Amino acid sequence: MSDRYQALVNSTVGSSVASRLGLPRPAVLRRYEPGADLLPGPVRLGAAGGSTVPHLREVLTRTGAVVADETEESTRFGALVYDATGISTVAGLAELAAFLGAALRRLRACGRIVVLGRPADSVSIEVDAVRQALEGIVRSLGKELRAGATANLVWITDPASLESALRFLLSGKAAYVDGQSLLLGPSRSEDPVDWARPLAGQVALVTGAARGIGAAITAVLARDGAHVVCADLPAAGASLARVANDVAGTTLQIDITAADAPATVLRHLTERHGGVDIVVHNAGVTRDKLLANMTPNHWDPVLAVNLQAQLSINAALLASDVMRDRGRVVTLSSTTGLAGNRGQTNYGASKAGLIGLVRSSAAAFAARGATINAVAPGFIDTDMTHAMPFATRELARRLNSLQQAGLPVDVAEAVAWLASPGAGGVNGQVLRVCGQNLVGA
Amino acid sequence: MDTRRAAVIGGNRTPFARANGAYAHASNQDMLTAALDGLVARFGLQGERLGEVAAGAVLKHSRDFNLTRESVLGSRLASTTPAYDVQQACGTGLEAAVLVANKIALGQIESGIAGGVDSASDAPIAVNEQLRQVLLDMNRARSLGQRAKALGRIRPTALAPEIPRNAEPRTGLSMGEHQAVTTAAWAISRAAQDELAVASHQNLAAAYEQGFLDDLVTPYLSLTRDNNLRPDTSIGKLAQLKPAFGRNDTATMTAGNSTPLTDGASTVLLASDEWAARHNLPVLAHIVDAETAAVDYVHGDERADGLLMAPVYALPRLLARNKVSLQDFDFYEIHEAFAATVLTSLAAWEDPEFCQRYLGLAEPLGPIDRSKLNVRGSSLAAGHPFAATGGRIVATLAKLLHEKGGGRGLVSICAAGGQGVVAILEA
Repeated sequence: MSDRYQALVNSTVGSSVASRLGLPRPAVLRRYEPGADLLPGPVRLGAAGGSTVPHLREVLTRTGAVVADETEESTRFGALVYDATGISTVAGLAELAAFLGAALRRLRACGRIVVLGRPADSVSIEVDAVRQALEGIVRSLGKELRAGATANLVWITDPASLESALRFLLSGKAAYVDGQSLLLGPSRSEDPVDWARPLAGQVALVTGAARGIGAAITAVLARDGAHVVCADLPAAGASLARVANDVAGTTLQIDITAADAPATVLRHLTERHGGVDIVVHNAGVTRDKLLANMTPNHWDPVLAVNLQAQLSINAALLASDVMRDRGRVVTLSSTTGLAGNRGQTNYGASKAGLIGLVRSSAAAFAARGATINAVAPGFIDTDMTHAMPFATRELARRLNSLQQAGLPVDVAEAVAWLASPGAGGVNGQVLRVCGQNLVGA
Repeated sequence: MDTRRAAVIGGNRTPFARANGAYAHASNQDMLTAALDGLVARFGLQGERLGEVAAGAVLKHSRDFNLTRESVLGSRLASTTPAYDVQQACGTGLEAAVLVANKIALGQIESGIAGGVDSASDAPIAVNEQLRQVLLDMNRARSLGQRAKALGRIRPTALAPEIPRNAEPRTGLSMGEHQAVTTAAWAISRAAQDELAVASHQNLAAAYEQGFLDDLVTPYLSLTRDNNLRPDTSIGKLAQLKPAFGRNDTATMTAGNSTPLTDGASTVLLASDEWAARHNLPVLAHIVDAETAAVDYVHGDERADGLLMAPVYALPRLLARNKVSLQDFDFYEIHEAFAATVLTSLAAWEDPEFCQRYLGLAEPLGPIDRSKLNVRGSSLAAGHPFAATGGRIVATLAKLLHEKGGGRGLVSICAAGGQGVVAILEA
């Protein structure tokens, strides 16, 4: 369903009325198109206390961004990138604030602010405090930005995945990623040969692929070059076949909660594809009830589908060599798993449980050069949200810094990035795709 | 000339729907295309040029003269995949599989799809013969006068449409009425028929519950399962039904132990082992051999030449050629046109006198282990869209053999016109 309010306030008349009345004006977000420029303008690059990120300028240039040092007053920037890894004093923070403050007015619509920092390491109390302060700046700035611009923070312990992270965060792929912090660690993967098709030759399994976010993930993984094995319940087979046929993928009709499902999945992947590179756990269900009214019929299927099935399949993956080295597991959590939601103790339990699963199994996957991460979508326009009452839906749509709901493709782009070879330094993390939703921060 | 055995890679079908229900407004082409697209999705055949697609329908509109080719063009297969229509009544699906398998065996093609579809709901209705002649004469007329003269021959009776009947053209009897004669001649009991029907429903229901059909069926329109299936049916419930065919005093055949008119489509992917290996696709089983027979049900004996008894004659010829006995099978898939059809066939093969006199066998073929018969249900439970039954059975049997890790299976399908097709699969 289209966002009629968004369309209205972006029309000529509507825009002027909304402006005078002080109504929110959600921008039409810049989204990724193959072959399009990475950014709508040049990058303003800054650093304080001396850059400690090696070859940052070269890395930025490789992404296709144009780094502009000498600019005329009229130049408007596509992104502001600030290397704050050298800041170790409170005074240093002022430099960052001054840099961003001066350039903000010259940031284009749907521009990007990316701040690079070092994570706290318990060596110096002041340094750790200053490092943590970056998060406060970026998150607050995210709430100040308008016109579809976003601000994100990248913690770096190893720059191996920096180019990949910048290609994601600066592009339209990260349209709905706002106010987030990402940690880049060491990576055992090499960057893709072709950044336009980073998954070329790979095999991906997507559960819950028949519709909504799962169908979008399937389409984006296929666009990026993967063969997608589309899994869903046998009863969803008709739409599953359409999704698979649209991207030259294949179908696997299966109930992932069946006792023999992990074995069936692994056997299918081995027989048909000789293994798997990417597993996206997207299948999920809701059975909302206040806890006082909760029955096993509401509780059990949610935990079985959303959590237990993933635990079982991941355990089978780790116990076998079906997943190839440098594999990727991405699971779909939810902001409900972070913030909770009335009527969703069951769903919240499952989605928070997934975050525990991801953090706890990161080391085991890292041991084989693989990664496991979660994406936590906020309010995304799907069949599920279309079923909400009008007023609730309209209100929920505005409760984030971008004042609009995300699209399934926004979640899919985040999944595809985490699944890509270049993102090998991201492991055991939760990436929110929520437009900096007010809840669950 | 070297030949090879064609491999069964897998199948796909729509759920089967009782006529005038879920698929009332779906055409044969709609359903066959959907079944093909589900198969394409299952095996990643998008844009693939296959050796051929052979399929057909029993109830067919005249506009569907190229039904299979049109379905291929509407599917995700490469448009360069050739296709042709097959029609051998209820034997269509199995005969199509045999045709494709034989071309693969001869090395003429590497891969192909066999299928079938039928809609008893979207049946062709034609103008009657009187009106048809008038219209054709009008078309041939060269002057206004000639046209008016032809038009003047139309009488009110010309407006009655010609509706397809479920009856044999040469006897005027329906298939059920024919089987009822055979059933009485062989003294097949009502209890035995009902027992077979209950087993069919229970076996198919269990197959669904255990996920056996997860990679054989793709939902279509509003159906995710065959809607003729009654998992909770019982001997008691079936015993209450009134007979539907046969003379009242001896009638045993009811709606419960006969298949209903059904809509649906099925497809089976066949290939050479090499093609399967190149495409990383598993070989479930191989088609070993097949035999078709026909009986003279018009003039023949009531007991020996029943309309649906041709498989009884085809089987001993097939067994002899392959040097196996009726007991050398792990699974028997005998199409349940009527429960009595299956039971008649089994009775005939066990009858020493019949086997000697009509099949020319010194010894009867003997009994089969009934626990190996239609173990995942058959037409009484799933329904029977005429041309689609062969594809359903071949895919089911191939999967059974594959899951068992090897073995031999028999398919037996009776057809209108006194015909029957039998085939052997091995894994």
